[in-house]
Amino acid sequence: MNQWIVFAILLPAVMAPVLVLAARHDIVLARVLSVAACAAQLALALGFFVSASSEPPQMYALGDWPAPFGIVLVLDRLSALMLLLSGALSLLVLLYAIGGWDARGRHFHALWQFQVMGINGAFLTGDFFNLFVFFEILLIASYGLMVHGGGRDRVGAGVQYVVVNLLGSTLFLIAVGLIYSVAGTLNMADLALKVPELAQGDRAILNTGALLLLMVFGVKAALVPLHFWLPGTYANAPAPVAALFAIMTKVGAYSIIRLYVLAFGAEAGASAWLAAPWLLPAALVTLVLGMAGVLGARSLGQLAAFSVIGSMGTLLIAVGLFSEQALGAGLYYLVHSTLAAAALFLVADLVSARRIVHGGQLDAGPAFADSGLLSAYFFVLAIAVCGMPPLSGFIGKLLILDSARSSALVAWIWSLVLGTSLLCIVGFARAGSTLFWRRHGVGDLPPPEQDVSSSGVLPMVSTGAILFALVMFTVFAGPATVWLDDTAAQVFQPGQYIDAVLGAGGINE
Amino acid sequence: MSLLLIVLLPFIGALFPALMIRVGRNASAAAAFFATSLAFVLLMSHAPALFRGEVLQAGWEWLPGLGLNVNFLLDGLGFFFAALILGIGLLIIVYARYYLSKDDPVGVFYTYLLLFQGAMVGIVVSDNVLLLLIFWELTSLSSFLLIGYWKHLPEGRQGARMALAVTGAGGLAMIAGMLLIGDIAGSYDLSVILQRAESIQASPQYLPALVLILIGCFTKSAQFPFHFWLPHAMAAPTPVSAYLHSATMVKAGLFLMARMWPVLSGTEAWFYIVATTGLVTMTIGAFIALFKDDLKGLLAYSTVSHLGLVTMLFGFGTPMAATAAVFHVLNHATFKAALFMSAGIVDHEAGTRDVRRLGGLMHLMPVTATLAMVAGASMAGLPLLNGFLSKEMMLHEAASTAWLGQGWVLGTAATIAACFSVAYSFRFIAHVFMGPIRKDYPHHPHDPPLGMWIPPAVLVVLVVLIGLFPDTLAGPLVAMVARAVTGGQVLDYHLAQWHGFTPALGMSVVAIVVGTLLIRSYPRVRALWTAGPHPEAKRIFDGLITGAVDIAQRLTHGVHNGSMQRYLAVMLSAMLLLGYFVFASSPNAPGTRALMPASAVAVVGWVLLMGACLALVLMHQQRLLALVVVGVIGLIVSIGFVYLSAPDLALTQISVEVVTVILMLLALNFLPKRSPRESSTVRRLRDAGLAIAAGLGVGGAAWAVMTRDAETLSGYYLEQSVAGGGGSNVVNVILVDFRGFDTFGEIIVLGIAALTIFALLDGLMVSAAGRRLQSWRPDQARAADRHPMMLAVATRAMLPLALMVGIYIFLRGHNVPGGGFIAGLVVAVALIVQYMASGFGWAAHRMKVDYHALIGAGVLVAAATGLGALVAGFPFLTSTVWHLDLPLLGELHIASAMFFDTGVFLVVVGATMLALANLSRLGRHAEHLLVNREPMDVDPSRPSFAAGEH
Repeated sequence: MNQWIVFAILLPAVMAPVLVLAARHDIVLARVLSVAACAAQLALALGFFVSASSEPPQMYALGDWPAPFGIVLVLDRLSALMLLLSGALSLLVLLYAIGGWDARGRHFHALWQFQVMGINGAFLTGDFFNLFVFFEILLIASYGLMVHGGGRDRVGAGVQYVVVNLLGSTLFLIAVGLIYSVAGTLNMADLALKVPELAQGDRAILNTGALLLLMVFGVKAALVPLHFWLPGTYANAPAPVAALFAIMTKVGAYSIIRLYVLAFGAEAGASAWLAAPWLLPAALVTLVLGMAGVLGARSLGQLAAFSVIGSMGTLLIAVGLFSEQALGAGLYYLVHSTLAAAALFLVADLVSARRIVHGGQLDAGPAFADSGLLSAYFFVLAIAVCGMPPLSGFIGKLLILDSARSSALVAWIWSLVLGTSLLCIVGFARAGSTLFWRRHGVGDLPPPEQDVSSSGVLPMVSTGAILFALVMFTVFAGPATVWLDDTAAQVFQPGQYIDAVLGAGGINE
Repeated sequence: MSLLLIVLLPFIGALFPALMIRVGRNASAAAAFFATSLAFVLLMSHAPALFRGEVLQAGWEWLPGLGLNVNFLLDGLGFFFAALILGIGLLIIVYARYYLSKDDPVGVFYTYLLLFQGAMVGIVVSDNVLLLLIFWELTSLSSFLLIGYWKHLPEGRQGARMALAVTGAGGLAMIAGMLLIGDIAGSYDLSVILQRAESIQASPQYLPALVLILIGCFTKSAQFPFHFWLPHAMAAPTPVSAYLHSATMVKAGLFLMARMWPVLSGTEAWFYIVATTGLVTMTIGAFIALFKDDLKGLLAYSTVSHLGLVTMLFGFGTPMAATAAVFHVLNHATFKAALFMSAGIVDHEAGTRDVRRLGGLMHLMPVTATLAMVAGASMAGLPLLNGFLSKEMMLHEAASTAWLGQGWVLGTAATIAACFSVAYSFRFIAHVFMGPIRKDYPHHPHDPPLGMWIPPAVLVVLVVLIGLFPDTLAGPLVAMVARAVTGGQVLDYHLAQWHGFTPALGMSVVAIVVGTLLIRSYPRVRALWTAGPHPEAKRIFDGLITGAVDIAQRLTHGVHNGSMQRYLAVMLSAMLLLGYFVFASSPNAPGTRALMPASAVAVVGWVLLMGACLALVLMHQQRLLALVVVGVIGLIVSIGFVYLSAPDLALTQISVEVVTVILMLLALNFLPKRSPRESSTVRRLRDAGLAIAAGLGVGGAAWAVMTRDAETLSGYYLEQSVAGGGGSNVVNVILVDFRGFDTFGEIIVLGIAALTIFALLDGLMVSAAGRRLQSWRPDQARAADRHPMMLAVATRAMLPLALMVGIYIFLRGHNVPGGGFIAGLVVAVALIVQYMASGFGWAAHRMKVDYHALIGAGVLVAAATGLGALVAGFPFLTSTVWHLDLPLLGELHIASAMFFDTGVFLVVVGATMLALANLSRLGRHAEHLLVNREPMDVDPSRPSFAAGEH
């Protein structure tokens, strides 16, 4: 048993109370501890990545109780990937935040660590009630982070965020109750064994529970029509928080991948591929609505928020195809879209902070500081987000299009993915030319002193680092896709996961 | 490697100009020139091998899984285009150095230019079509930057966006087309695809693939009806127009048609789509060009027309026509780039490029005039120049190709286009350079510095030399390129000025005569044109975009209007519909569990619960009352738990109810006591319907679940509770042991909630809301005795008792109902009551614990308990039981889970109290209350009180 697995959760879980206890009055100490914790997590995640690459899924039984009775954590390639992504993202974005955002309210770093704990826990747990607990941690910590710094709009959006997500949590409990009542288990691997053997008469309850659970994950993943919380939340959240939230939507996508391939996949008998007929059409609508939002955005925040919805649509199309090849493509796009969305929120913040009067509004204003470098950042990101060559967004889309060939909806998928790319291109071209090219008002005056929040080198560098990661992900797309295809293959062999959790005899029980 | 370098050099070189501009404009231009010439020399070093008929290939794997690899292929066609791109690129770099003014950011210009150049070279040497697509879109992106280079010009920005939208859209279509082709051919490598002509043309996917790829080519090469972006791209600085919009980028579409010619051409679909589009474009372009007053506009439409000409030739699908097309690409690039540069010189020196304001420049700027007039004559297709040669070939091909079985159609149309072509070329020459010298030029025109006219001069020399010695100078090149295009077919032809009295010569003569006549009677022709309709493509395009944006905005802001009620209604409806649909469409056997009789107690409880819920709905506007009813509901639910034999749940529920109602009461203090009626009756009915449906749904689900027996985990837990968990209260053992990790998470949730409340209210104090709170006046009368004596005395007497109860509940928890969570709540209630009874200041003074610390310590204690197991070599949270034999007390079992439960207890107390403390802080802040030091400040006028502080 890999003892380290639990530390991905424990490290932030311990660091957060330490921050509350020892560093709540000392921002410098808090920064040091928080960055150290995130760096340690990244190192841990790298270790997991290496370990998961060569070994079959590994299980960690909490409290030493055997599955399915106790709670287990499972580390396989997919969860290792997600942990690495969240580790890298949280560190880079945290560096951005210590440029000034973290001092705008209280307990930022503690909440940050708790949030990371929730994210890591959701990626590791092999128990779907425990997943609920981590969703709660995620929700409440993200709410705390989202209203960080206060302000009327932000707190208002926060209320919507928390209410909508509480509806999701309620549904989660109902769904878990339904599934548990017929399958009698909370363990995902055990569920995978129980589902095919379930009596026909119990199918209605099981399927209802399972699809309601899909909707819960859909809320997290901003699947239309459950996405309503996202635009207001992302557009109003503090930039580094919105950037970290880029991985939160992926928690929903991850859960869908995990549960609906493992327990409701090829071997689920009468409930096989339960989510497929619902997920794919909804994902297509999500894509269209998101990219239309990019075109119709009136502010940078909206632009970024709707592009996240659009990218979730693209990602969920790949997931909804429920094939090994499509999942491999989807995972590539997942990594890309997480990094791109995060960087986009940061750039939006850098720009807004420098446009004193106009902020993030998409209208012409006077010249502002650093507009050269920022316009380059924006240009690169627009290319990435729209899926234009040569960056990873293009490769991701190409992989997804390629993997959709055998789908019955291939014509829809191709035309919508490509057509919405055009909406995105036009939207970003309009936004970019308005922000960086059009000038209105006091043109040549030197820009006034800005807000402390995002001046300085650190925010620029950390944003640049994310962009650099995107470029590297493009350059090394070859090895990356090989690794991701193997990961998809592992996901599509639930036997490995089940063996790891329930022992080799699990299949025969 | 050399191939890779040729592609990479411009990209690497792109880094330098933007840096070297710090040294100066010359350094910047020199850096760009150096990188380009290096690539050019490298390219030329391959010329001998290519002329021998060799093909160079080089490849690296990038994304083999998809078939996207960095494979390059240099053959005659690629060499020809690369030479054009790099060669003209060199001239443009020199020209731009003199063209751009001191105020323009020259470094950025060269960087963009080299980026573009690299992308273009990439297109023409790509072997892999997916790689080609990447370079293809890169040219769209870099040209976006170049067209919008003068960012202060609205036309520049609009032109850039338009070009990006149109060519970008074409690129997207081409992605689909290439994916189809690759699928049919089984590879994305051109060297493979080019061998699969038969299977590709036989495939049912041939037509969609063809159409999609052609959309890409046509948008890029400005073919009708996508031609409109090109004239608007003329807002770019002239070096950009000369480079992108005459010599290189617009030729990318032609290049691709040439590249795919062996595979795609030869079918009827190809002929009718490509040849017709080319023909229409050629004619319309030439026609419109005649009426453009802007020099660059005239040249832009002329370019459209010539691109159409080449497209048409490729469309014919015969090797000879393809050869003519290749030759015309060369000729057009030379004379058109020279013309653009001349137009730029005129604009630069005379201050305008409006034909109506020019004339007579021949006398003022003789060098420029000579260059422009020679190049213009070539554009017109006058003999002895290179334009004449390829135009003759085109006329010949057109005359000998039938369209829909009619032999005359193409020939006639081509002649008409040639007439216009001659006319606008003559207009360019006559109206700008000939005629008398005018007095009203914006600037005083004179010939430019050497660096500005040398580049066009080089091209004009080529125009003349190729015209005079076509077979010697261009023959081998054209033959090599034609072989590459047609797949190695050897043709019997030779390039020459004189082919005898052919029909083509006749058509040329007609064109020159008619063209001359048209220009002689230009005012009348112009009047005729002015009277006709002019569909303005820009307006249509802008309308489309504005319409799309409008729809997008309405959709976006209409759907996401910020109304939470609506969001929840949509989400709830979706959940209900999906839930109902799935349940109804899956097999369901009703539960078999025997139903219990409804006892009187249960019926009463049920009626009370329903009544309370109904009352809540009816009274929700009176918030205080509603809160009381919420309390009632909670109470009945607790009783329900007791009735259903779940004492732990009941205890938890009831203590949670007490704490939340108290906290909500405190919060309600600052809120209006009545909710306004905000929604319409229709909305309320909708919501009522949804609520009832949701209630029925959950009720039905609960019924379905509770009427069946299922094998669950309970049996194991009952079995293992004492043996493995060391406690006989299964619920508590589940909480702190079997699923202790869940509890660990949940106490963290509680802790975070408290921290969030603190952070939120702390932020509130200093914000605008805080100021509002400052000026807030209580909306209800306050009691005179803030801290009634009876309450204070009673609560203080009760405190030790309550704490005892808390400890008792805590200690017994592992074996009988109780536990850290409930104990924490009980203790918190006991403390809260102190605060309520005796005032916050008094109580806080005596309560020396920092609640932040309590939360932090609680989480740490729980984590440390779990880590203890880790030290002992067991997984996190593994429990153990110690058996102690103590004097007096006797044998004692201590489960390690108790320490964990201590953590739970601490967090619960800390979180609850922190929430209370903050709400109370809010109250003091709002009401400017003095912090009481005395426990029972019955009389606020007491002297010690008046001297108190905030």
